[in-house]
Amino acid sequence: MLYILYSVAALFITLSIILSLYRIAKGPSMPDRVVALDLVGINLISLIAIVSLLLNTTAFVEVILLLAILSFLGTVAFSKFIEKGVVIERNRD
Amino acid sequence: MFTALHFAIIMPFIAAILVPFLYKQFARIHTGWFVLIVPVLLFIYFIQYIPLTANGQTVTSVFNWVPSLNLNFIAYVDGLGLLFALLITGIGSLVVLYSIYYLSKEKEALNNFYVFLLMFMGAMLGVVLSDNLIVLYTFWEITSLSSFLLISYWYEREQSRYGALKSLLITVIGGFAMLVGFVLVYKMTGTFSIQEIVASAETITGHPLFLPAMLLILLGAFTKSAQFPFHIWLPDAMEAPTPVSAYLHSATMVKAGIYLVARLSPIFAVKGEWLWLVAGFGIVTLFWGSFTAVRQTDLKGILAYSTISQLGMILSMLGVGAAALHFDSIDNNLYIGATTAALFHLINHATFKGSLFMMVGIVDHETGTRDIRYLGGLMTIMPITFTVAVIGSFSMAGLPPFNGFLSKEMFFTSMVQITNLGMFNIETFGVLFPVIAWIASVFTFIYSMIIVFKTFAGNMHPGLVRANIHEAPLGMLISPIVLISLVVIFGFFPNILAHSIIEPAMASILPSLLGGNEQFYVNIRFWHGFSTELYMTIGVVVIGLLLFMSLRKWAGIYRLFPESLSFNRLYDQLLVTTENVSTILTSWYMKGSVRQYLMYIMVFFTLILTVVLFGKGAFTVNTTNLAPISIYEAVLAASLVIAALLTMFASTRLKAVIGLGATGYIVSLFFVIFRAPDLALTQLTIETVSVALFLLCFYHLPEITKGAKKVRFQPGNFIISLAVGVTITLIAISASSSKLFDSISSFFSEASHDLAGGDNMVNVILVDFRGFDTLFEILVLGIAAMGIYTMIRLRITGRNRP
Repeated sequence: MLYILYSVAALFITLSIILSLYRIAKGPSMPDRVVALDLVGINLISLIAIVSLLLNTTAFVEVILLLAILSFLGTVAFSKFIEKGVVIERNRD
Repeated sequence: MFTALHFAIIMPFIAAILVPFLYKQFARIHTGWFVLIVPVLLFIYFIQYIPLTANGQTVTSVFNWVPSLNLNFIAYVDGLGLLFALLITGIGSLVVLYSIYYLSKEKEALNNFYVFLLMFMGAMLGVVLSDNLIVLYTFWEITSLSSFLLISYWYEREQSRYGALKSLLITVIGGFAMLVGFVLVYKMTGTFSIQEIVASAETITGHPLFLPAMLLILLGAFTKSAQFPFHIWLPDAMEAPTPVSAYLHSATMVKAGIYLVARLSPIFAVKGEWLWLVAGFGIVTLFWGSFTAVRQTDLKGILAYSTISQLGMILSMLGVGAAALHFDSIDNNLYIGATTAALFHLINHATFKGSLFMMVGIVDHETGTRDIRYLGGLMTIMPITFTVAVIGSFSMAGLPPFNGFLSKEMFFTSMVQITNLGMFNIETFGVLFPVIAWIASVFTFIYSMIIVFKTFAGNMHPGLVRANIHEAPLGMLISPIVLISLVVIFGFFPNILAHSIIEPAMASILPSLLGGNEQFYVNIRFWHGFSTELYMTIGVVVIGLLLFMSLRKWAGIYRLFPESLSFNRLYDQLLVTTENVSTILTSWYMKGSVRQYLMYIMVFFTLILTVVLFGKGAFTVNTTNLAPISIYEAVLAASLVIAALLTMFASTRLKAVIGLGATGYIVSLFFVIFRAPDLALTQLTIETVSVALFLLCFYHLPEITKGAKKVRFQPGNFIISLAVGVTITLIAISASSSKLFDSISSFFSEASHDLAGGDNMVNVILVDFRGFDTLFEILVLGIAAMGIYTMIRLRITGRNRP
């Protein structure tokens, strides 16, 4: 029973990923794409969580954490890039 | 044991090391005086061996060089080796003495000259006194090398460099062929020692490798001894200083090939091919050399072609001498005489040709030219030089009472007798031998007369010769006078050579003819009745004189042979063509495009792999061990394919990078569902970083290519990539289908907790069971980081600071 539940959840998350991928490919402006990418990252986190429930293991908890960090970092970097044109600024001194 | 004999062979090399010090230290004294000691001492040393070899004894001493490979420096002195050793050291002494007066202390780099000359002398001694074939080859190559250095002694001249390169190319090609021949001989007999090979010569005559070995060794000998058609390097080697020409290119090095033929005669001479090849090439060379010599205008050119022709003559006599092996005894064996004649003429040629070269050097030194068109009338000014020239040339032409007459008579005898041999088809073409020999002798007569009369007779050529020509200094004249006296002495008393030198040397060339304590008996006579040979000589003189008188009228026939058909032109064309063809070939496949090279690599890779896979019948499909495919795997695989296709057909670079990133993330999802958390972690981070780096790269691409188009479709590339993919898939399928033994992973899962104290098996393997790999992967990352830092910071040609 629980297995079917997990599978359905995974299916929906996958659907959500596909929809946001469409936004990434199509998105008229850059911020659209970045936000969609962030959404894909979050969805991936949930997908991995569900997959580790399906596989009945705790080994992928680190993957979830890492993906959260990467997703955050990536979004911040892109935002900065869009805003300022560079990701890492030079020292001013 | 390293004996005195070994030391004697090595001594010139040791002296060569000392020469530069002596040159620097005693700048006031001509370096040649120090060098002179070496050949004189060696000559005296080798003379002591004459009584030994004259009694039929030989001396062998072995110095272990590489015993495990059968390479030992075996010094072996017998009649033949001693004859050459005496020639090398004797003429070496005279040449060094001559060079002291010939080469100026102030203007020339004497240290170079004597180092090269001593190197050559040592190498030549090594060639003639080595019993081991590989040691012989080593010394042989040193003679080629030092000859190369000596020819290009005046390296600032274009012609010297050309001649040196030509001689090196030709002799080294021959030398290499000879090495292969030696290896084949080793294959047949299992030994490198010449004496042991001679002892087992009869067992190898029927061997299939016998003929190839013989041909290859003869190629080496013919190139070194400037036999037709490999003679072309010798005239160009005349750019060397005259002492070098006298020593290397008349008396010693060019006779190395003759030495080799003589030395290996006991092994190969039983076969008819040997007789035909050696005698045939010899006689053709004899004719061609003497014929071409007449058209030369440079004195050294004439002497060069005359050397070629005389070497051919010696070789043809050696070839004919091989016929003696087909008669059992030495009594009434007519063909022994040919070998005697070959050895006798070998000595004679060294004496008169050495003196003639020195004579030309003197003429060149005193008048400033060697061209016979500008020379003439030197008879009264340089009487001693003239005497040398007359005696040397008349001896070369084969006139009595000089030693050339004797050897020419013996030559004719052997050429006439070979027609009576009655085997190896000699009866069909054998009659050509005496005919060609006779014609060649006529030409020899003509060019000998040209040397004497065009240089010394007639009137002085006004204006073109220097003002105050005078006789050469005494020191320069000593060596030619010594040689020319030998010409006369050997002419009148030829038998002083017979017992001491020639008989033991014959015993080395024809050992199988001697039974028990027999010895060859050589008696060279002046007068042997009114025989065919005498009439032939008279004919040579008469016809030769007539032709010499009418030289102007018939010299036109040389114009019938256009320069474009000469062997020199062939050689030049060959070099140019080889270079052109290889350039074309190389630029045809080395296009400088990475795409092209990748194509070669991929095509060969797939071809070889598929051929091996199907050729060996290694392709198998086995489905018993396959796991069932879950829905997640299928979905992920489908998205992987889509992402990969997206990358391939992306219209912009950015899309391609996104597609690549997507494949990377999907792969990490695969790691998740295949239960590899560590891999998934690492893959995620690395993929993020590399996508960021790709974006960085593309952001900085120059404007020109920014309007990048879609990847062009090229059918060739498509086929190749498809083939690569299919090949790898096939290999992967058959590899997983044919599992030969169980995996060792069960050990790790059992031992990682108990032995290593860790529960994360992957990490335990990485840092404990196989920690070494990790160490060097850390090193790789370190190197990559430092490389990137260096590439960014280090801008030598660009701006100074970033």
